Amino acid sequence: MSSQLDLALLAEVQQFLYMEARLQDSNLYSEWEALWTDDAIYWVPANGADIDPEEQMSIIYDNRSRIGLRIKQFYTGKRHTQAPASALGRVVSNIELLDVTGDEIKVASSAMIFECNLRADTIWATRNEFLLRRTEEGLRMARKKVVLVNNEKPLYTLSFLV
Amino acid sequence: MESQSSTPNFADLVQSDRVHGSLYTNEEIFQLELEKIWYKTWVYVGHTSEVPNANDFVSKSIGPQPLIMTRGRDGVIRLLLNRCPHRANQVCLQAKGNRGSFTCPYHGWTFSNSGELRGFPFPEGYDTADRSELGLGQVNRVAEYKGFVFGSFADEGPSLEEHLGAGGRDAIDRLVQTSPEGEVEITAGFLQHRAKANWKFIVENETDGYHPQFVHASIFSIAKSGIGDLYSNDSTAVARDLGDGHTENDLRPEFRRIDKPMNWFGTNEARLPDYVEKMKAAYGEEKAREIMIDGTPHVMIFPNLFIAEIQIFVIQALAVDESIQHVTALQFKGAPDLNRRLRQQTMGSVGPAGFLLADDSEMYERTQRGVKSKMPEWNYLGRGKHRERRDADGFMVGDATDEVTSRGIWRHYRELMEAK
Ligand code: FES
Ligand SMILES: [Fe+2]
Repeated sequence: MSSQLDLALLAEVQQFLYMEARLQDSNLYSEWEALWTDDAIYWVPANGADIDPEEQMSIIYDNRSRIGLRIKQFYTGKRHTQAPASALGRVVSNIELLDVTGDEIKVASSAMIFECNLRADTIWATRNEFLLRRTEEGLRMARKKVVLVNNEKPLYTLSFLV
Repeated sequence: MESQSSTPNFADLVQSDRVHGSLYTNEEIFQLELEKIWYKTWVYVGHTSEVPNANDFVSKSIGPQPLIMTRGRDGVIRLLLNRCPHRANQVCLQAKGNRGSFTCPYHGWTFSNSGELRGFPFPEGYDTADRSELGLGQVNRVAEYKGFVFGSFADEGPSLEEHLGAGGRDAIDRLVQTSPEGEVEITAGFLQHRAKANWKFIVENETDGYHPQFVHASIFSIAKSGIGDLYSNDSTAVARDLGDGHTENDLRPEFRRIDKPMNWFGTNEARLPDYVEKMKAAYGEEKAREIMIDGTPHVMIFPNLFIAEIQIFVIQALAVDESIQHVTALQFKGAPDLNRRLRQQTMGSVGPAGFLLADDSEMYERTQRGVKSKMPEWNYLGRGKHRERRDADGFMVGDATDEVTSRGIWRHYRELMEAK
């Protein structure tokens, strides 16, 4: 990163992350799916932030086709845990440009998510890391890592888009 | 049947084809269950492969009791209670590690990983204290079957082998032979999935062959999975009561009918050439083929170990309406190519975001809320009662979707709860 902060890029990335959050909160599944690149990895580790997902269990470790399956499952109408869908409100913050290399931008952010479902109201806190890629359609997600801050503890079902 | 101060009458609450809703909600009954089941019978705790080396330890539990499973310098596995004999501080706060001793952070008492008190700071402050009386508490009996370590808080009672019975032992025997070296390894780390539900809803669901077609319709339809058919009305699979509360859905009749090696795992021999080669070398052509057709068991070892073909669930009862499912992929020694796929499939299926388990857990929580409604008071478990029959081994079996399994679980439960 140059010492001079690229405010235009920061604004563009912010807008992208806010849009992603809005699609998630609105349960707009296919619109959210369209944000991913073909080589995407969607990763929600368990038991810390730095486990090897190829060797150890993660809460989610989806390649692009498994992201597609996850989305399709919602549309069957029989993804019971999301029928009715969770009511969601999240705040995205702490957006920090970590690195820009060619057409790829590494970004850190935090999110605080309020979920209301049949069980109860639940608050989730996450530290996120994105690899965004500039494409002809605009910014896209090549990688999203969501570190739930309490991922070493037993967690209730987490079946909305985090 | 509101909660009363007199002891609940389990003969009334657990009948041959129905059980009373209060069994899932009554705090007093839960406390009795701790006493008569969780702190008495054999409960699965962990696997020897989780503490492979001397001085390894890992945090585990029996119901609400946190434990430290240690392997001593002598190689012996022990289950220590995480409570300092001085003033009850928690002695170990790490999930796992390797250490020969544990020092209590409160006043510095130090214990060996076999539980004995090694020493305390400023010993001149104690004149008559008998160190041998001041060790960590230990689960009274610890036993292992093919790497699966169980603990019992009762000084005496049936041996682990008796507890597992012929059916439980056979299931574990079948499981381990999926490895060309005959060993399971539990090395992929656990997901901990919490549910606001009574533990028995979870146990019953594990071998409920009636629900998959409905609860898992979403994923079966889009993943082109053959699992749904195994639990269809036409399936030749059987639900089996293995006695002593253990139950299974035996899918082998279907797999034998289809007669394709590795079909149980939704794949074929060509995709796993190394594994197939090793299996044939280990067991011989014919036996290897048989193992690879039959697949791994789907068995619920009462009260808390669910072997679910490709993963294990360890059920932890925390409170009358709070349970945790600890789940990890099964790994088979000597089968790296199979293991990688087992981890991937398990990650997709289970845990808080799993394609399957998030919906099962949804049902656990909905039934927990539903059962609080006053009427009709009972859960009806009579499915397949008219067609249950004894198999060649003398076990009671029913069709794939029958509730012979739930009835078996409850019969055993009643025996345990009625015991003195
Ligand atoms: S409570 Fe452990 S040393 Fe005092
Ligand atoms: Fe299920």
